[in-house]
Amino acid sequence: MADGRRGDKDHKNPSDDEAALSARLERLGERIATANRQTDQDDDARSNAKAANSASAYARGFRMSTELVAGVLVGGGLGWLLDRWLGISPWGLILFLLLGFAAGVLNVMRAAGVVSEQSERLKSK
Amino acid sequence: MAADPIHQFRIVEFFPVAHIGNTEIAFTNSALFMLTAVVIITAFLIIGTAKKSLVPSRLQSAAELSYEFVATTVRSTAGSEGMKFFPFVFTLFMFVLTLNFIGLVPYTFTVTSHIIVTAALAIMVFLTVLLYGLYRHGFHFFNLFVPKGVPIAILPLIVFIEVLSFVSRPISHSVRLFANMLAGHITLQVFAGFIILMGSAMGAIGWIGGILPFGMIVILMALETLVAFLQAYVFAILTCIYLNDAIHPGH
Repeated sequence: MADGRRGDKDHKNPSDDEAALSARLERLGERIATANRQTDQDDDARSNAKAANSASAYARGFRMSTELVAGVLVGGGLGWLLDRWLGISPWGLILFLLLGFAAGVLNVMRAAGVVSEQSERLKSK
Repeated sequence: MAADPIHQFRIVEFFPVAHIGNTEIAFTNSALFMLTAVVIITAFLIIGTAKKSLVPSRLQSAAELSYEFVATTVRSTAGSEGMKFFPFVFTLFMFVLTLNFIGLVPYTFTVTSHIIVTAALAIMVFLTVLLYGLYRHGFHFFNLFVPKGVPIAILPLIVFIEVLSFVSRPISHSVRLFANMLAGHITLQVFAGFIILMGSAMGAIGWIGGILPFGMIVILMALETLVAFLQAYVFAILTCIYLNDAIHPGH
């Protein structure tokens, strides 16, 4: 007690500072806690957004450059095979090229982050 | 040789290793460089981490840096759960990166400029995603292809397009790496060919003029070094993005 009183008298300013500091520390702690809680909640949603967005700009650029081609190639290839197997040339190629083009555009939009990734669907269930 | 920019991609068979049916499996220059890459990576990591000193040597920091780099990529893309695939991604990244860099050295063979190699890697990733996704989520995994809130009338069409989009992944994955390496090396060879052509056609003036394409080669070499790293990085990060689909919690 005596020590405390003496401390108050002798070092008035430092102890005030200490009180202010501890109050600020407490507030900071609270803010960190709330921020952490929010982070935990957002984490699931964020990890998905990250998957689409965190790739560096270069990576995304390179990704987009081939996505469209790949879709069209797969569509064309499937159509051509169907034509050969079923003898329905040229309808398979026509139909599947169009579908492949749609898939390619979808790929590009995914790569650009305009359309959500497919994994979102597993998520929300 | 100088006139033929494709010559550098020729497969040379050294000696036969095995026979499967009528097909001869030969040890080729491609296999040799893959083996070289594996030896280099293994030596780099083992020697780099042998001392385990607190203050790392140059080699140790490089080894640690490569680990940290891939680990950060995996964590930020596929989440901490994706770390169970870290060995897979790390192996892919180091393998592709080393092959790309080896290919930059003159007179070497660029393994990643052959689509059969990149396609094999991409299909491996694709199958891993598919099988792990099925194992993890069962039939629920196919919800990947079914968007919500789509009218039932056009749902089959949409699902089919989604499936096509999924199937096109290994193709874009492999073509990107292969095409970038192939195109880069052909460009380098063509510009190198210009120097020879000018020199032999115009004599001394031609050799002096050859400084211009030579300057281009220097610039292109810097670009190719960047591309060699970036392509390995893109390959790794896309592997993570695809794995992310398989890893995701189902409920």
